[in-house]
Amino acid sequence: MLNLQDSILVYDGSFDGFLTCVFQVYDLKMKQVTIQRDSDAQASLFGRHNEVISDPEKADRVWKGLGKKTSSSGRLRIYYGFLSEKKGVENLLLRYIQYALNSAVPIDSDFSNPEVLGLSKIAKSVGREKHRMEAFVRFRLTKDGLYFATIEPDFDVLPLISKHFKSRYADQKWVIYDLKRDYGLYYDLEKVEIINLSLPEDFDASKTSSDYFAVEEMEFQTLWQDYFESTNIPSRKNIKLHVRHVPKRYWKYLSEKER
Amino acid sequence: MKSWKHFTLLIVPNMAFIRTQEKLKILADAAKYDVSCSSSGSKRSNASKGLGDATGMGICHSYTEDGRCVSLLKILLTNHCIFDCAYCVTRKSNDIKRAAFQVQEVVDLTINFYRRNYIEGLFLSSGIFKSADYTMERLVAVAKKLRTEEKFNGYIHLKSIPGASDELMKEAGLYADRLSVNIEIPTREGLKLLAPEKNREDFIKPMIKVKNEIIQYKSEKKLIKSTPLFAPGGQSTQMIIGASGESDQQIMWTSNYFYKKFDLKRVYYSGYIPISYDSRLPQIGTEVPMLRENRLYQTDWLMRFYGFEVHEILNEAHQNLDLDVDPKLGWALRNLEYFPVDVNTADQRMLARIPGVGMKSVYKIIQARRFKRLNWEHLQRIGIAINRAKYFLVCASQDFERRDLTGPQLKSLILQNTTSKYQKTLSPQMNLFE
Ligand code: SF4
Repeated sequence: MLNLQDSILVYDGSFDGFLTCVFQVYDLKMKQVTIQRDSDAQASLFGRHNEVISDPEKADRVWKGLGKKTSSSGRLRIYYGFLSEKKGVENLLLRYIQYALNSAVPIDSDFSNPEVLGLSKIAKSVGREKHRMEAFVRFRLTKDGLYFATIEPDFDVLPLISKHFKSRYADQKWVIYDLKRDYGLYYDLEKVEIINLSLPEDFDASKTSSDYFAVEEMEFQTLWQDYFESTNIPSRKNIKLHVRHVPKRYWKYLSEKER
Repeated sequence: MKSWKHFTLLIVPNMAFIRTQEKLKILADAAKYDVSCSSSGSKRSNASKGLGDATGMGICHSYTEDGRCVSLLKILLTNHCIFDCAYCVTRKSNDIKRAAFQVQEVVDLTINFYRRNYIEGLFLSSGIFKSADYTMERLVAVAKKLRTEEKFNGYIHLKSIPGASDELMKEAGLYADRLSVNIEIPTREGLKLLAPEKNREDFIKPMIKVKNEIIQYKSEKKLIKSTPLFAPGGQSTQMIIGASGESDQQIMWTSNYFYKKFDLKRVYYSGYIPISYDSRLPQIGTEVPMLRENRLYQTDWLMRFYGFEVHEILNEAHQNLDLDVDPKLGWALRNLEYFPVDVNTADQRMLARIPGVGMKSVYKIIQARRFKRLNWEHLQRIGIAINRAKYFLVCASQDFERRDLTGPQLKSLILQNTTSKYQKTLSPQMNLFE
């Protein structure tokens, strides 16, 4: 709930932007602050509405300062929490950061504190989504020899999975595209870049049309589906457990689930 | 003429495809009874911009409908076999379709599945055709080709064929991340009954060789940094449960012996799936002992991570695990004199023995109690299963179980309040029991 006296800091949605807000809170010794990303900010009748311009230098100072007060995993938890895009997570992050900076001892493992516990839970679900994507990305070979995958993760995990795919698929060109957030990663055998695609109107990401994909692509998908079916042991069937491991919302892009 | 040309163009690549497809169906089907799926424990990084790396934890890319992890392309090179082990679908006397992959076919499938992020790597086993060495040689050829020609750094698990020569086992270890020999039948008597042509020494011989090579690798590695990797994922084995009338004590003591003696990374327990009308075996239609299998995995877990000794859980007086409660709760109920445990002072070993407290919670408790004395609310937030643990611990609160309850009374109280967790924990990969 907003208080009348609250100052509202509005930022551009980037991590740097958020850290710049934190910088400002400390710099101006602000009390009673609410941080909102611009896409969420309602033109509020109450409170003072301040736009904060991202400043990588200030952001960096905050990040480095946190490095001195938290372990590297405690600090990473902040980034993970941020990528959850949960509404209002900025304010939880701010309280966590304030607790960390005020404390004389590292607070990373103080799970009896509600901020620490709350944030570590959110970070954990983001971590889980990261692992899911590392597992559930399915590349399909396009006619131009590019391995192409689309995803719609619950959280903004592309920045977190980039390294994994870069080191694993170092000798093939690939794209992983987040359809929900409309941006992707492109690896060109040298480096990973952030890209925006304008996909053709008739492109259906859940189908493998021969207009776009290589001939052998269909064959390998068929072999994979066959393989998946063969591994099943009917007398051990346990669909409940299955769905818990692979929640239904991920099935759309799993080629073994197409049948 | 025109249509004929069109015809050949379409058909030629398809024939090869259809043949591979047919083989894959047969040889994946025959391999699925091997439960091991782990792809962790390797240290192969992709330094030279080749394909793949297998650093860190293995990934489950999918799950079968019975909830088992799919992380490897698990196939047999062939299901032709000169042996006739009663419990095996591939046995000589079984009337089934036979097939054999060529080395290159396996390589192509592995690479193409890997590039699409379907799998972490290959698990290659085989029926024994001609001889142990002849078979092992081909398994090694696949691994070698993947590593040297395809620059493949993904995971490779090879089955060590019982009776294969030391030289071949040594070469296998240079290319594979993990090697395994399935002991299959936990007791000597069982093996004699169900696989009379096999003897235990054949299984053990390649295991010893691999163990010694790993030891040698580790000592050489200390001196010479560039010593080539040798089976960095270690060895594992599998036992079939419920095929030869063995007790849980026999199974787990055998398992404990193999862990200690051969430094095994994992032992897998696979509930016997009836596949034959052989009168020496449970008949077709007999239920797969999945709950029992789960209890064995839990016991295995207690031995490896919770600091239990096997004889604490299974001994002459207690030869089989309870099916209605997990082995940790079972142990606690038989050893009430150790409880209640004070969570604010107890050592890690005793914390780990409180029913309802998993290993993760143990670490959290140890961390959190440095900040303050923990009460029920803290414990709840940490995530322990209070309605189970409450009978076995005290914390910074006046509130605790004061009645002097007996084991059976406690058991019925707990069973009333908790729905069985076994549904959740049935899979060999999920051993998270509280
Ligand atoms: S030797 Fe192996 S493949 Fe052949 S029948 Fe025995 S267990 Fe089956």
